[in-house]
Amino acid sequence: MSTILTLVELTHQGEVSASARGLLAAAASLGTPVAVVATPTPLSEDAISQLGALGATGIYQAVGAEAATVLGTPSVEALAGAVAALAPQAVLAANSVDGREIAARLAVRVGGALLADAVSLRTDGGQIVAEHSVFGGSYAVESTVEGGLAVITIRQGAIEGNAPAATPDVTTVELSGSGAGARIDAVNDAPVTSSRPELRAAKTVVSGGRGLGSKENFVLVEQLADALGAAVGASRAAVDAGFVPQTAQVGQTGVSVSPQLYIALGISGAIQHRAGMQTAKTIVAINKDGDSPIFDVADFGIVGDVFTVVPQLIEALGARAR
Amino acid sequence: MKIAVLIKQVPDTADERTLDPETGWLNRDAGDNIVDEINERALEVALQVKDKDKSTEIVVLAMGPDEASKAIRKALSMGADSGVHVLDDSLAGADAVRTAAVLAAALKGIGADVIVAGNESTDGRGGVVPAMVAEHLGLPLVGALSVIELSGGKVSGERQGEAGTLTVSAVLPAVVTVTERTAEARFPNFKGILTAKRKPVNTVSVADLGVQDPAARAVLVAHSPRPARVAGKKILDDGTAGTLLADYLIENRLV
Ligand SMILES: Cc1cc2nc3c(=O)[nH]c(=O)nc-3n(C[C@H](O)[C@H](O)[C@H](O)COP(=O)(O)OP(=O)(O)OC[C@H]3O[C@@H](n4cnc5c(N)ncnc54)[C@H](O)[C@@H]3O)c2cc1C
Ligand SMILES: Nc1ncnc2c1ncn2[C@@H]1O[C@H](COP(=O)(O)O)[C@@H](O)[C@H]1O
Repeated sequence: MSTILTLVELTHQGEVSASARGLLAAAASLGTPVAVVATPTPLSEDAISQLGALGATGIYQAVGAEAATVLGTPSVEALAGAVAALAPQAVLAANSVDGREIAARLAVRVGGALLADAVSLRTDGGQIVAEHSVFGGSYAVESTVEGGLAVITIRQGAIEGNAPAATPDVTTVELSGSGAGARIDAVNDAPVTSSRPELRAAKTVVSGGRGLGSKENFVLVEQLADALGAAVGASRAAVDAGFVPQTAQVGQTGVSVSPQLYIALGISGAIQHRAGMQTAKTIVAINKDGDSPIFDVADFGIVGDVFTVVPQLIEALGARAR
Repeated sequence: MKIAVLIKQVPDTADERTLDPETGWLNRDAGDNIVDEINERALEVALQVKDKDKSTEIVVLAMGPDEASKAIRKALSMGADSGVHVLDDSLAGADAVRTAAVLAAALKGIGADVIVAGNESTDGRGGVVPAMVAEHLGLPLVGALSVIELSGGKVSGERQGEAGTLTVSAVLPAVVTVTERTAEARFPNFKGILTAKRKPVNTVSVADLGVQDPAARAVLVAHSPRPARVAGKKILDDGTAGTLLADYLIENRLV
């Protein structure tokens, strides 16, 4: 079977990022998954067994201090080394801020081509075919690479399931130590404040818009999310107004979500917002203005005030639970 | 300082965007084509440098069909000094690798101290072209900046990542990408619109750039529209809507 490389991103604490599961699952459906990582110190036993549990049959780790101080370049170097050593059929990376830049640079460095933001992968006559969901899910598009290595970025949260567990062989190489590239001067991690599910993978998402009016009032969105075990999302207007951090933004230039249930509170449903949520299984909208475009895509729409409807909803759900 | 800004003309996200049923390529005739909002912000970053230091020279670069010249004129009316338009029929449907090879070749001719681009485009959403350009030119990539400081032969800023932010920097020359959290772009003023007509735009072809076609390419194998969503039930709150919604969620096993 052909080798499929997956770029494993590490958190600044050296933990395996959440994207690794989906990447290894996708890789296992195409061939033999090998995890590639650039790391300042060799991976811990824990990290190695975690990658094994996620399906990595091999781990290629490139070790060097610059993995913590230079942006992206060490991972590009690690992948280029693994490509030369292992002659893979494809390289998979998360369509994350880091992953896509690294994938893009790798494609140029090794003379490959790039398929961006795939939502699923399959093999067809020995060729890897990627499916993309474009214009907010209005089209399904399939693509493949001809004439060189396929480098593919995968939408986070799009791949479900797990690869069969494996016991990985670990190959360790040294980074070149050139240290060329942009420098990481400081790491300002966002405080971990939430026990809520991750937005991209959540089964239920409750989003709030400008209609919430203030950061204080936005708590209502969080209360409903917690009552439903949901992730919190937002419109760009709510992010711009400072109600929530940018990472919560759903839409054209934010996160794309496809949950079982999406609840839009005080969101007008501009086309750019709908682009990020209209593939949800069920959409519920609450908005004062009956003409809001959000109602065009809602399975259940309520023309009403979020400040009266939502507390009543939380109350009614609580009563059922008792 | 000489700043090159990469601008892409895209279909307005406010319109319904479609794919050509024959080729699967972007249908450029469906609605308005505009400068991608993120590229106006990238230009704004450059213009703010120029506001402070009048000796700054800003060149905008776009690869695209005939109509992309309008995007360049818009950028010139906002305050850029000159434009380069890579125009060549053979580039229709070019993938990211080819686009980047062409842009990189054009940038060699421009010789900028810093190249500013958007972190991702609204039509492709790849977020890959600037990184590829950086790799071609052997320059550091300082990507996804939500706060940017460009001075003293250096770029630094806040990079917005998945798990928080990083403070990053690079010595120029470098390729920089900015996010939609950077400053909103200014509107062209009357004088800007008038002078834009006189500013130089250099139109070049693939042959002029002498760029080789990359061996590997992404090809489209299938494309199909998905059925549009239809509106469901809509009720006016008469004081019981919250309870009715709870019933709906429970009946449909959504909670
Ligand atoms: C290039 C580009 C990219 C963009 N990307 C995104 C993106 O990724 N995500 C995104 O969301 N937007 C995006 N936008 C912005 C988008 O066009 C809209 O401006 C934005 O989605 C509006 O947010 P909103 O619905 O919260 O605000 P508004 O449009 O102001 O709507 C607020 C709604 O709240 C309702 N309301 C007010 N008070 C109440 C109340 N008490 N109870 C119930 N309802 C109430 C109002 O009736 C109104 O419909 C983008 C725009 C551009 C140009
Ligand atoms: N054809 C193009 N012409 C000029 N700049 C481009 C072009 N394609 C992409 N870019 C630049 O690269 C950024 C990211 O685009 P993309 O990688 O397509 O998401 C854009 O915001 C532009 O700054």
